[in-house]
Amino acid sequence: MKKTKQDLFVQVCVYLLLILITVVTLLPLVWMFSASFKLDSEVFSVPIQWIPKTFHFENYVRIWQKIPFGLFTFNSFKLTIIVTFIQVLTCSFAAYGFSKCKFRGRDTLFLCYIATIAIPWQIYMLPQYSLMQKLHLVDTHLGYILMQSFAAFGVFLLRQFYQSVPNELIEAARIDGLSEYGCYFRIVLPLAKPAIATLTIFTFVNTWNDFMGPMIYFNSEANKTIPLGIRMFIGQYSSEYQLIMAASVVALLPILILYVFCQRFFVQGIATSGLKG
Amino acid sequence: MSTAAKTEKKRVISLNTRNTLVGLSFILPNFIGFAVFILVPVVFSFVLSVMKWDGFTAMEFVGLRNFVNIFKDRVFRAALRQTIVFSVFTVIFSMIAALGLALLLNTKIKFVNFFRSAIFFPYVASIVAVGAVFKAMFLKDGGPINQFLSMIGVPAELLPGWLSSTKWALMAVIIVQVWKNMGYFMLIYLAALQDIPSSLYEAASIDGASKWRQFRSITFPMLTPSHFFVFIMLTINSFKTFDLIFALTEGGPGTSTTLLSMYIYNQSFISWNYGSASAAAIILLLIVGSITLFQFKAEKKFNDFM
Repeated sequence: MKKTKQDLFVQVCVYLLLILITVVTLLPLVWMFSASFKLDSEVFSVPIQWIPKTFHFENYVRIWQKIPFGLFTFNSFKLTIIVTFIQVLTCSFAAYGFSKCKFRGRDTLFLCYIATIAIPWQIYMLPQYSLMQKLHLVDTHLGYILMQSFAAFGVFLLRQFYQSVPNELIEAARIDGLSEYGCYFRIVLPLAKPAIATLTIFTFVNTWNDFMGPMIYFNSEANKTIPLGIRMFIGQYSSEYQLIMAASVVALLPILILYVFCQRFFVQGIATSGLKG
Repeated sequence: MSTAAKTEKKRVISLNTRNTLVGLSFILPNFIGFAVFILVPVVFSFVLSVMKWDGFTAMEFVGLRNFVNIFKDRVFRAALRQTIVFSVFTVIFSMIAALGLALLLNTKIKFVNFFRSAIFFPYVASIVAVGAVFKAMFLKDGGPINQFLSMIGVPAELLPGWLSSTKWALMAVIIVQVWKNMGYFMLIYLAALQDIPSSLYEAASIDGASKWRQFRSITFPMLTPSHFFVFIMLTINSFKTFDLIFALTEGGPGTSTTLLSMYIYNQSFISWNYGSASAAAIILLLIVGSITLFQFKAEKKFNDFM
């Protein structure tokens, strides 16, 4: 009897602690959301108003008028979708070659991928930039797409997964006369759906949030993406925090929606790969 | 007979070639892009580190002079020191936070999934948005964090300047970095905690071991591979930290939050000093590379030992 009472007490404590931690963790984001509906003068009012007196939805209208935010949003979606598509398509293809096809030189090629996977981007961003300059691809969407679409990580992640598909399954299909392409499309690909989903989501999130890539590559306004748009706000309207926060909410929203619906794959991706970070 | 053998051999060769061609057809679409846009630049970064170049005029071989020059550079030495300070604090705080959170969330209570998701969310949040929020939160006058501090009784003259003070800026950056990434490492710990067999705990409680004792003698040691993995990942991540610094402070005030990555950026795209930038990049690579190598070696040893 005494024991259960103690258990209940412990449980209540755990709940309170968890609620406290969660609130503290989410507080900056809540503050951002609330500030995005405020007037200029209310943002830093003492004490903090967590719920604005009146909701100024016009902040969300003004961000589209002050800078070409619509264009930036379009660019963000365009680049993210194209990069994710190319990345997932070519990676899943290559991963099949590296895990299920046997030929000379295969392992040497794969070693190139492994060798670069741990190398931070800062190490080669400069030579990469010079290369792009020579190819006249700086400040173009094409250059950015080419730069981001072929990361070694995707090949590595999918190869890990494909290797868990039993070879006997593919042998049997080959004997039945299925070509290698048939094996890929009709056996491995359907089995690899969760891994493909994980890679899709990770690539989407990374490209959508990418800041340094566009920062270095895009100079002309026509090419810029949402993160650069937020930077522009900070530069031009540094005191209008409510607008900066509204733009930030817009940047977060697609990821939040994706996160709510595809959470399983986020968690799965970390549990299986434990690599990207 | 001999002609039959010949055709047989021919068929084998052609089968081999066919296999190679089919295999390459899978790999090449990705590999060509990868080789041109990643592999070549990586190799080229080694070449650049022993050259003098501004990106336009002809290259000139200078041997190790770039390395000598950056070590003479006060800013580089500061960047190196700050990167180490940043990494040490980030690793310690993140490990404690991640393990603590994982332990709390490794229970069968209601809404546990909600708590997990909420704490993980900052990890996938846009870094520029996060930077913008924390810039506001950390404002010296009227920022919510200092408002809170004065509410709990910190006198006005002791309130930290956070991002605007050379003394506090690095600490502010560390706080944001820990906040953003702790959820990720929490998930890694959680996965490992769920693999610890419950029979161990049952046996321990029959023997009358307290919860604290169980943590010390079962949970903590059973997590050794995860401690190791988390430690290495955190260290490498901290050495690579770049966009967060850019979004929060751009290396300032002064050079107080200039980390190695920021130094490389400045040398590359502000000073157009390609030699120094590449030499600093090689130093960073050596650090990250030796940590990775250490991980491989130690992991192998650990596995052999098990």
